[in-house]
Amino acid sequence: MAAHAHESNTKRIWIVFGILSIITLVEVYLGIIKPESLHLEGPGTSWLNWIFIILTLAKAYGIAWVFMHLEGEKKWFRRSIVWTAVFLIIYLVTLVLIEGDYLYDTLAPLIKW
Amino acid sequence: MAANMALPADNKETWNGGGIKPFGASYGKMMMWFFILSDALTFSGFLAAYGLTRFKFIDSWPIADEVFTHVPFIHGEFPMIYVAIMTFILIFSSVTMVLAVDAGHQMNKKKVTWYMFATIIGGIIFVGSQAWEWKTFIKGSYGAVKTTDGKILQFTKDGKQIALADFVTGERTDGVVQQTKKNGLWFEEGKAVPTYSVAQVINAYNANPDIQIRSELIDFSQKKKVILSREKGAEVLAKAKMVVEGADLKANEYGNTIFADFFFFITGFHGFHVLSGIVINIIIFFNVILGTYERRGHYEMVEKVGLYWHFVDLVWVFVFTFFYLV
Repeated sequence: MAAHAHESNTKRIWIVFGILSIITLVEVYLGIIKPESLHLEGPGTSWLNWIFIILTLAKAYGIAWVFMHLEGEKKWFRRSIVWTAVFLIIYLVTLVLIEGDYLYDTLAPLIKW
Repeated sequence: MAANMALPADNKETWNGGGIKPFGASYGKMMMWFFILSDALTFSGFLAAYGLTRFKFIDSWPIADEVFTHVPFIHGEFPMIYVAIMTFILIFSSVTMVLAVDAGHQMNKKKVTWYMFATIIGGIIFVGSQAWEWKTFIKGSYGAVKTTDGKILQFTKDGKQIALADFVTGERTDGVVQQTKKNGLWFEEGKAVPTYSVAQVINAYNANPDIQIRSELIDFSQKKKVILSREKGAEVLAKAKMVVEGADLKANEYGNTIFADFFFFITGFHGFHVLSGIVINIIIFFNVILGTYERRGHYEMVEKVGLYWHFVDLVWVFVFTFFYLV
């Protein structure tokens, strides 16, 4: 892409917009109907939540790669941004969610409903 | 990318890092990317904190579908629809932004102008939608009761939540009035007094045998909130401390206090980003009209604000997922 910066990418932009829209529609549809087999079971959290998270990451990829034009940047510039964010966020989220689970295990028995 | 970066025509190299381009990226663009990286980590921190809190109260967290159900001008319950529309507006304004950048590569001033204009309008519509969302959230639609041990009790009839006004009758009878500047200290205004008193709600509950109380506890086999029996309901209602209508930072009718706090904080912080994005877009829009970038020989500034604008969209994608979907 980078070599053709003066060329118009309009068509590609609309295709990506179409894909992002379809993903959003699927998310909203699943969020409204909540199929029972997906909603009530799954590893860690429900299957439905895993689907939402994966679709969200797919959207993020589309926005960052095409709209923000990361695909056209030099490889190591791209990596200095993406790898830093991905590593730190995974690290933070993992620790913090484990901690949240621990807090629940510790505190929930003390609450009387 | 390097192809479209002409040297600055005005020879002012200071803000261009002296024209040195590591990784083929100009100083401004690189720094925009690293700012976005740090901002992304800030938002991650907020969303991770939200995740921790949600895991901590995993068995009693409010169910988003029951909270965000309103669409402007239409009555009834439509969970998800409104935020989905907001998501589309933002994604679409991202598209017009990227089209503006694309037109900038072709040095097409007229197209850049119109696409920037469309982007700004999209942003304004989004912020307006968010304001409406906040208004609805703050005002609330059902009302609830908060107990001395901090739990929120909602009221249901035939398994559906009903508003206090649907079964509590009459005016407040305990004589509590709102303190205003006229009837109290001239520099103070009291907190809004709820429509009904706690005693009224308890009496109405006892008088209507078909009303049941819904607790915050989630039944995991159904992923629905537990509805208490009449006897159990009367027992928990005896601990009622205050009537809650809508939401503020101290209490809300949806459930856990910190749920509303996170809502205000995270969507507010995102909304502030959108607002500043609009302001920056407007500045660049006028520069485009004035021909600043035409004279400079390239539209890289449009590309840089475009990065920021897409980032705002990117964050919303995650907020949408973790606040409304998951």
